[in-house]
Amino acid sequence: MATQEFTVDDLKRILLEGAGADESVDLDSADFLDSEFEALGYESLALLETGGRIEREFGITLDDTALTDATTPRALIEVVNAHIGQPTAV
Amino acid sequence: MTGTATKVVVTGLGVAAPNGLGTQDYWAATRTGKGGIGRVTRFDPSQYPSRLAGEVPGFEARDHLPSRLLPQTDHMTRLALVAADWALADAGVKPQELPEFDMGVVTASSSGGFEFGQRELQALWSKGGQHVSAYQSFAWFYAVNSGQISIRNGMKGPSGVVVSEQAGGLDALAQARRQIRKGTRLIVSGGMDASVCTWGWVAQLAGKRLSTSDDPERAYLPFDAEARGHVPGEGGAILILENAEAARSRGARTYGEIAGYGSTFDPKPGSGRPPGLRKAIELALADAGATPDEVDVVFADAAAVPELDRIEAEALTAVFGARGVPVTAPKTMTGRLYSGAAPLDVATALLAIEEGLIPPTTNVEPADGYDLDLVTGEARPAEVRTALVLARGFNGFNSALVVRATP
Repeated sequence: MATQEFTVDDLKRILLEGAGADESVDLDSADFLDSEFEALGYESLALLETGGRIEREFGITLDDTALTDATTPRALIEVVNAHIGQPTAV
Repeated sequence: MTGTATKVVVTGLGVAAPNGLGTQDYWAATRTGKGGIGRVTRFDPSQYPSRLAGEVPGFEARDHLPSRLLPQTDHMTRLALVAADWALADAGVKPQELPEFDMGVVTASSSGGFEFGQRELQALWSKGGQHVSAYQSFAWFYAVNSGQISIRNGMKGPSGVVVSEQAGGLDALAQARRQIRKGTRLIVSGGMDASVCTWGWVAQLAGKRLSTSDDPERAYLPFDAEARGHVPGEGGAILILENAEAARSRGARTYGEIAGYGSTFDPKPGSGRPPGLRKAIELALADAGATPDEVDVVFADAAAVPELDRIEAEALTAVFGARGVPVTAPKTMTGRLYSGAAPLDVATALLAIEEGLIPPTTNVEPADGYDLDLVTGEARPAEVRTALVLARGFNGFNSALVVRATP
C-alpha cells in the first residue's frame, strides 16, 4: 500500500464514497484540480471524512494542518503523495 | 399580528408511514384499514423476543436526495428531508422565495439516528477510531432532522428539537406555534423516527413495552382484553405551520388550525395523585376555547399496556362522559412511531376533517370495562370539525393538541 500513488481518480472516488457530490458540481470538469474544495461543495467535515478515508486506504497519517492548508484537489494530492513518498504526476 | 390571538394553520403535509409512503398512499390505506405491520426486514429479528415492526415501504433515498446528503444521514433523517420536501410542495411554498429568517424548523425526536450510530460504533469497536465517519459527529444527534431540513431549505429562523418520547410530536407542534406567535411566519414541524436496527431494538426491549406476538393482526391491540404491548414502527409526518394571515394573504389552502395544546407530567409513582393525562386534555380544550361536546373525534395515544389503556380510557370518560366521543387509533396500522406518531395522527386528523371520515382502529375488540366509543372495523363517516390528538411519552409525559377546521 505504501508505494501506491494517490491519483486524481482516487481522490474523486474517495470524495464520492465519503461525502457524495453536490448536484451543481461536475467533478470531471477541467477546472477540478484547481478549484477550491469549498467551491466544489465540500465543507471542513467532508474534508475530515475524506482525509480519514485516505489515511485508512493508503496507510498514512496526515497532520492536522495538511487538510486545512490543502484547499484544492491539486494541493491535497501533492500533500498525500508527499506522505506516501511518491512524486506527484498530476 | 403576534401574541396568543395569532391563529396558526397547517398548510402542507408530508407523510412517510409503514402503510403508505406519501400522503396519498397513506390516506388510501388508512381510510380502508390497511395496515403496514410485518416481520422486521431491516435486520434479522429471529434471535429477539419481538420480531414485528412497521417499516416504511418502497423508500429509496437516492431517488429523492442528492448524493451529497447520503453519506451524512441516518434513515430517519432521509425520511424527514423527503417528507419536508413533500410538505413544502404541498403547501405551495418555495423556501428560496421567502426571507430566510422568516422560516424555522422545530421537530421532535425520541432516539436520534440509531442505525447510523450503530454502524459507526460497530466500526469503532471492531476496527478502531480511524474507521468512524466524521459525520457521526452529528448524524446520530436528536436535533439532526431539524438541522438538515434547515440547511437544505435555507431556513434560519427559530429552530430546535423537542425530546419527550412520543409526546414530543405534539410538543414540537406547540413549540412551532409559539414561535409563529412570536413573529416567525412559517415553521416546518413534526417528527420522524426510525430505529428499526438491533441497537434501537434492544433499547426498546429494555422498556418492556414491546409486543412479542408474531401475528401482525394480533400484536398491537390497544383497549383490547388481549393488549400486550405495542409494535414499534418507523416514519412520521412533517407539517408546514404558518401564521394564518400570512397563509391567507398568499392564497394558501389550509388543512386546519392548531387550536389548542396542553401538556402535563405525571406525579411520582406512589404519590397517590392522579395521572396527568386528563389535565392535559382539559388544558388543551381550554386553550382552544372548545367545550368537550365540540370535539368530534379523539386520536388516542393507545399504549396497548393494560394499565395505560385504563388511564387513557378513564381520562376520556371523565372529560367526555361514557362513550361520549368517537375514539380511534389508526396507529394500530403502523405501530407506534415515537416522535413521528403524533404528527402523523395530527395529519390524519386533518385528512379526516377534509374527507369527513374517521379512520378505524384495526384488529381491536374493545375490552369490557372501557366505556369508549372506539371506531373499530371500518372507517366511520362523520362531520369532523374539531379533533383532539393525545400522545404520551415514556416515564410521564402527557400532551394533548386540538386541531380545528378552518372556516
